[in-house]
Amino acid sequence: MSKKKNTIISALLLLALLAVIMVLERTLPPTHIALTVLKKGCIYSLVAVSMNLLNGFTGLFSLGQAGFMLIGAYTYAVLTIPVADRASVYQYFHGGVIQFSVPFFVGLLAAGVVSAIFAWLIGLPVLRLKSDYLAIATLGFAEIIRAFFQWDVLGPITNGSNMLRKYPSFTSVSFPFIVCGLCIAVMVLVINSSYGRAFKAIRDDEIAAEAMGINLAKHKQMAFCISSFFAGVGGGLLAMYQSSIQSMTFKSSMTYEILLIVVIGGLGSVTGSCIASFLFIACSEWWLRFLDVETYIGDFKVPFLRAGFRKVVFSVIIMAIVLFARKGIMGDREFSVEGVCRFFKNLGKGKKKKEAKE
Amino acid sequence: MDFINKNLPYLLAGISVGGQYALIAIGYTMVYGILRLINFAHGDIFTVAALVLVYSSTIMPLYLSIPLTLIATVILGLLVERVAYKPLRNAPRMSVMISAIGVSYLLQNLALYITGGLAQTYPSIPFISNSIKIGPATTKMVTVVTPILTIILVFVLMQLINHTKIGMAMRAVANDFETSRLMGIKVDNVISMTFVIGSFLAAVGSLLYFTNYASVVPTSGAMPGLKAFVAAVFGGIGSIPGAVIGAFIIGICENIIKGLGWTTFSDAFTFALLIVVLIVKPTGLFGEKATDKV
Repeated sequence: MSKKKNTIISALLLLALLAVIMVLERTLPPTHIALTVLKKGCIYSLVAVSMNLLNGFTGLFSLGQAGFMLIGAYTYAVLTIPVADRASVYQYFHGGVIQFSVPFFVGLLAAGVVSAIFAWLIGLPVLRLKSDYLAIATLGFAEIIRAFFQWDVLGPITNGSNMLRKYPSFTSVSFPFIVCGLCIAVMVLVINSSYGRAFKAIRDDEIAAEAMGINLAKHKQMAFCISSFFAGVGGGLLAMYQSSIQSMTFKSSMTYEILLIVVIGGLGSVTGSCIASFLFIACSEWWLRFLDVETYIGDFKVPFLRAGFRKVVFSVIIMAIVLFARKGIMGDREFSVEGVCRFFKNLGKGKKKKEAKE
Repeated sequence: MDFINKNLPYLLAGISVGGQYALIAIGYTMVYGILRLINFAHGDIFTVAALVLVYSSTIMPLYLSIPLTLIATVILGLLVERVAYKPLRNAPRMSVMISAIGVSYLLQNLALYITGGLAQTYPSIPFISNSIKIGPATTKMVTVVTPILTIILVFVLMQLINHTKIGMAMRAVANDFETSRLMGIKVDNVISMTFVIGSFLAAVGSLLYFTNYASVVPTSGAMPGLKAFVAAVFGGIGSIPGAVIGAFIIGICENIIKGLGWTTFSDAFTFALLIVVLIVKPTGLFGEKATDKV
């Protein structure tokens, strides 16, 4: 198949997906769990792809994603709370200092820009470190950011450790899909550009990349800022989805969850990250729910089933993937129609071979 | 004098917490020295030790449940090493670290399931939870016991590492993994021994640490774990005396910051210190020269 034909088929598939989502939205009752999964899943895809851009494509092991999401979520919320509601939200801080509000798309854009600016500042010292030291330093920065947002002195802006709420949010499923789709598309364009190839070169061998004339510091900084920009937008969307935010929720365990999603999907695969996010959210919110409910078959009480068991099973599955299927679902390949055809062809061939042997 | 009277409680608390961090930090620094792995699960092993004591003390007297806690923690440490780290010995470092994060996630969720998400009351251990008066400050016995016990344990550990055969093997493996294997050292046994020592000290640390707190929740080990790691980096990762001194400095600084009324930033301070250390002197206070950090 030619490249052009492939692109057309992929675009058609995406349109079909959007159509299916719109149909689902019309037919399912608005509180149905599938819609929750779709909304949360696509926000997580965006964040996971942004983390993959850094960890999988540039080879920078960063654990600061929750911090950048926090910045994005707060920027969005602080800027978009309607002026009339500010007095009630900032009740402990005399209505706060910011007395204007912007439309939601400006808020989302600002969420990305502010977190990219923070990323640039943090990147200056941190990106000189390597592998696990970078991981710990970014994790540390995420914690520092969280402490700052809870600080009372900044209360008139961030509302201290109290909740931010009453900002515009969304109810439709197609809205997050379109926003996340656009963001992911931009990231795919970046990955396939000459910058993206430079990122991959840095991942594979820093010294060789430098010898080829790639400016390491500049490209690392760029990957870090782009990734944080989209993590910030993802944070803003998460804030919209949750309709109230608190800095307590953006703990390092959130980063770990996103990292595990990226690993399950395959480091270095955009489609892998997307598939894994939907699977992750669907499993944790929906398909494994039955494990949390005490169940009786006749008089027999099924052992172990009670609140929290779902997460245990879930983490065992994740550990199994990490240990035995280290490449994740997609490895570093991308999902494509051609790939699926080839997979089935090979499957057929394999069967034939087996039959021939027998 | 007034200044001392006002700040003595914080200083004492700092020394005590520092000792507890030191006991955890040794586990980090030893594992890192040998495997070049940040054992993210170490903080959760520390929590599990506390939960084991909580549950075992309800069915048996403390003089039985404390040794049981120590043994159970050591077994858990060994198990984690065998199941999660050993199969990945030849994998890239990133995979092992992801596995460590996975174990941490698993242990936290397991603890959440077993406790039902409720805070568990920590039993008060006689003698070390008695209160005593030091000058103008009233504090628990544990404040005095911790630094002494820490120093004794570190002394024993240093003797073990410097003057026994297994200690020599540890130093050899830390120095050069491949060569020591060629020299006939059973590397896997040495690594297991490292995890045994690390988990044992974490269990002792948890006994002392939670005496100061009323209850345990599944995530209460995460923060002390991360701080102990910072202490290990600060002291120079791979160096045991370095980790101990780093832990005491962090414990004291953190409590002084709390004393000044900046409680929100006591955690942030630790991480700020980490970043400053990594940038200014990445080998830490006593670390060996290594070029692959920066």
